[in-house]
Amino acid sequence: MNKHILLSLFALILSFSLSAQQHDHNHDHDGHAHDHAHDHADHKSDKHAKEHHADDHGDHALSCAHAGDHHHGEFDAGATAFHHIADANVYSIGPFQFPLPCILYAKGKGWDVFSSSKFGFDRFGHGDGHYAYNGYVLDGGTVKRITDTTFPEGKVEIKGVIHDKEGAAFVCYNDKMWNTDQKSTADGGVFGGGITSYYDFSLTKNVVSMFLVVFLLGFMFLKVAKAYVTRNGMAPKGLQSFIESIFVFIQDEVAKPFLGAKYLKYQPFLMALFFFVLGLNLWGQVPFLGGSNVTGNLAVTAVLAIFTFLVVNLSGNKHYWEHIFAMPGVPKWVLTILSPVEFLGIFIKPITLMLRLFANITAGHMVMVIFVSLIFMFSKNGTSPVGGYGTAVASTLLTLFMMAIELLVAFIQAFVFTILTASYLGAAIEEPHHH
Amino acid sequence: MYGSIAAIGMGLAVIGAAIGIGRVGASAMEAIARQPEAVGDIRSNMILMAALVEGAALIAIVMSFLVSNPA
Repeated sequence: MNKHILLSLFALILSFSLSAQQHDHNHDHDGHAHDHAHDHADHKSDKHAKEHHADDHGDHALSCAHAGDHHHGEFDAGATAFHHIADANVYSIGPFQFPLPCILYAKGKGWDVFSSSKFGFDRFGHGDGHYAYNGYVLDGGTVKRITDTTFPEGKVEIKGVIHDKEGAAFVCYNDKMWNTDQKSTADGGVFGGGITSYYDFSLTKNVVSMFLVVFLLGFMFLKVAKAYVTRNGMAPKGLQSFIESIFVFIQDEVAKPFLGAKYLKYQPFLMALFFFVLGLNLWGQVPFLGGSNVTGNLAVTAVLAIFTFLVVNLSGNKHYWEHIFAMPGVPKWVLTILSPVEFLGIFIKPITLMLRLFANITAGHMVMVIFVSLIFMFSKNGTSPVGGYGTAVASTLLTLFMMAIELLVAFIQAFVFTILTASYLGAAIEEPHHH
Repeated sequence: MYGSIAAIGMGLAVIGAAIGIGRVGASAMEAIARQPEAVGDIRSNMILMAALVEGAALIAIVMSFLVSNPA
């Protein structure tokens, strides 16, 4: 009997963590959507929950009249999955949301540094702010800026945030719709994301996870390094033997075969790559600790790939460049085709590195969310409890199985990133063969 | 249905990669069966080859993502 209680408890926790994710036709993030099973009658903001507008299901026109309502519309598993793998300005542990510092800069306005708790989001909810602060709003855990400068400064209560079909968000305040800037990038729109009126340097969920993992790894490695001094000549023990086995595996399987005699020069880079990627992959796999999708973020993998690109090309010798621009022993007319292809290859290699890690980790995270979403799809938003509970058991087991697979993928992808970097590096520093 | 063609393209790309990775895996298994003592070398080369095959599929998938983007 105990097993059954445990199983249903686990399913309940799983479903709680997703219970606030239902979107209506307008992708209304403001609705405090709970499915019927978990509806809190004494919820702080139950004025929203009680205002059911059963008549306007067919009404798709965008207006502020219904902002803050919540409809029991169709559950959108895709949107939910994308919401969950995205970066956020709140750290969610299970269903609980914790504020993070926001560091924002807008031209002509200057810096704004404040905690995201200023947005007054619910501890138990979706990460939607009830307040605008200095012209910024929190929508689905992400900071957005109201483009209109006439919007009042300071803490202002807003009615809600509504979305049109393209996903553009509008803030409802004073019976008016205010445009917001969607994405924020620090590159001025060079690498996509569009040119926005503000820059976001916030310590987001991903940044916090990254710092946590880096400190954890630093602590572990310093401890192990110390153990090699204090336990000199003795067999490794505890954490030391755990790290050593992985370290030696990378050294013997990756560094030595690909880099040859000069492997010690590049080994620190390879090890740093491997343990950083592995640490973040595994941190994202820990259930109920935020599930930060750091290595599934294109910006993070892009930076890692840029490091590989720089290290490979800056240490490339004459032999390497000769093979790219003037492959020896190839007719001149073939070179006109071969050299451009080889030149493009310099860039395609790091791009595929970036995409591989991103796609594998993101897919893993998405599969997990989709499996849990199946519960809500089959329960039809709580109208069919039998379907819901039945699917809860199946999808819990499926999720557990997928998590075991993802554990393997976390190791394999970290290993693949390192081994490919090593093979590119090996090609770049290879000495010419004398025929 | 928006983006259906892109989805078909994605599926086709994945079929190609699946055949490739399947062949890599099958050959590696055969090689290990013939020469069990070389299992370490074969395994790391297998992962490397699978990763390279996967790269082609990834480019196709990203292309189809770009094409299916409604914006």
